Amino acid sequence: MVALITIAGPAAATLRLPAWQVDGQALALTLELAAVTTVILIVIAVPLAAFLIFGHARLRPILEAAAMLPLVLPPTVLGFYLLVLLGPHTSVGRALIHLLGHPLAFSFAGLVVGSVLYSLPFALQPLTSGFAQLPVQLLETSTLLGAGPLRTLRRVVLPLAQRSLLASAVLSFTHTVGEFGVVLMLGGDIPGRTRTLSIALLDQVQDGRFTAANQTALLLLAGSALVLVLVYLVPRGGAFRASRLQAPSGLRSPDLTSPEQEKRQHA
Amino acid sequence: MPELLPVPGGNSLRDAQRSGDPEAPCLLTARLRYTIGELSLAVDFSLRTRHAVLFGASGAGKSTVLRLLAGLQQPDSGCISSAGRLLTDTAARISVPPGRRGIGYLTQDPALFPHLTVEENVAYGLHTLPRHDRRTRLAALLDSFSLEDLRLRLPVRLSGGERQRVALARALAPRPSLLLLDEPFVALDAERREETAAALEHHLEVSQAMVLSVSHDVAEVYAKASATPLHVLLLEHGRIASEGDAATVLAHHRERLLRQLGASLDAAPARALGR
Repeated sequence: MVALITIAGPAAATLRLPAWQVDGQALALTLELAAVTTVILIVIAVPLAAFLIFGHARLRPILEAAAMLPLVLPPTVLGFYLLVLLGPHTSVGRALIHLLGHPLAFSFAGLVVGSVLYSLPFALQPLTSGFAQLPVQLLETSTLLGAGPLRTLRRVVLPLAQRSLLASAVLSFTHTVGEFGVVLMLGGDIPGRTRTLSIALLDQVQDGRFTAANQTALLLLAGSALVLVLVYLVPRGGAFRASRLQAPSGLRSPDLTSPEQEKRQHA
Repeated sequence: MPELLPVPGGNSLRDAQRSGDPEAPCLLTARLRYTIGELSLAVDFSLRTRHAVLFGASGAGKSTVLRLLAGLQQPDSGCISSAGRLLTDTAARISVPPGRRGIGYLTQDPALFPHLTVEENVAYGLHTLPRHDRRTRLAALLDSFSLEDLRLRLPVRLSGGERQRVALARALAPRPSLLLLDEPFVALDAERREETAAALEHHLEVSQAMVLSVSHDVAEVYAKASATPLHVLLLEHGRIASEGDAATVLAHHRERLLRQLGASLDAAPARALGR
């Protein structure tokens, strides 16, 4: 018994967790940036997705390509252009400096602008695919019953695309938490103002503070994984009753493409 | 195009329905040109009776005509006027949006909003009415289509017949002057179909709306024609081949049907006897 305790003693000492070394300021700033960015992205992406899917605009391919560009662009390229655009050498940058009293670059607001642009494809994609799956008949019925585009969006599209809306918000949030290139390029690395968790991680590694780096990395990994698991936990037919309440497939026309769309495709 | 000008007189609809004479004002006039895929539509018609049927084989373009009338699709060229109102005129670049045409449109797919209850579905098109009027009209509709007990149910918990009754009540709620029926009851069994059709007939007695329905069933059209004055438009390959009363327009189809029935009646005992 005594022998057991003497063996267990040193083992317990080595198992003791190291002190919490994650940069709390960077964590708070990261969460704030992700929350603000998510709200702004939802406000922008919902009407944009509706316009792309239900609109008849000829501009659609160009708009879609522009919105999806950040997906294939190196983040540093986007960061660089924003840095130039928001700096004192362009009229946009000068106007903003005049309005705000300070340059947008190297500030929290600058980070928000960069994050919104960089995460736009992640907010937009779930919404466009969710909207495109809605039965055309429901949208036509809404229109026939006198609803304008806004009423149709509010009363039919959004309630039936709740899952897409959730996916859009979650992806916006997690992608903003994890972004690096744009934030570093546009925000620099100012503690308390523009240093987010992913940049704090780089600093910790460069300074050789591996315990802190380990904790930061683990926190980012666990946070992202947890959020994704939560999304997949939401049953398709549970909290999101709309998807469960679709009429049985036999009562829905199998062809969800309206003749009008067909005609456009022919053209 | 003098026939396309708005018809004077507010009660034209009711007058026309009672008289049914050729001098009566047009309830619905359409001149449509439209090409989609293999189908090339070119139809001209003027309807003066309250009940009309667009008869034709599948693929003749019946549903497309209804969609063009409802404003869900735009013709390549042409004009539509209903109850004296110009709804579409491609030359003048006029196209009244579907929700403001005073048209109810019903297909085989009831397309109920799955997240809304029966009463929310029925009241969907009544959002512009004051609250009190909305409530009164909703109650009347739920009553005339026997939906009171189902008012709080979601569509997933309704039978096929109940779904179509809800879709019908919803389409009639904004009091359309023209009802377009694209075989909405075809998937129902005979008993449900009769019930639903009776509820609709009763409602139409009161609302005096005009009904243009689509059919490919000679017997159904004859049954309808025996109950009410009916104008039949025979649609073949995107053109109106002939029009008039059911007995004249569908004589050829009726004879063919009777021949087929006769042949099968002769053939059936022969098969049964193993000859």
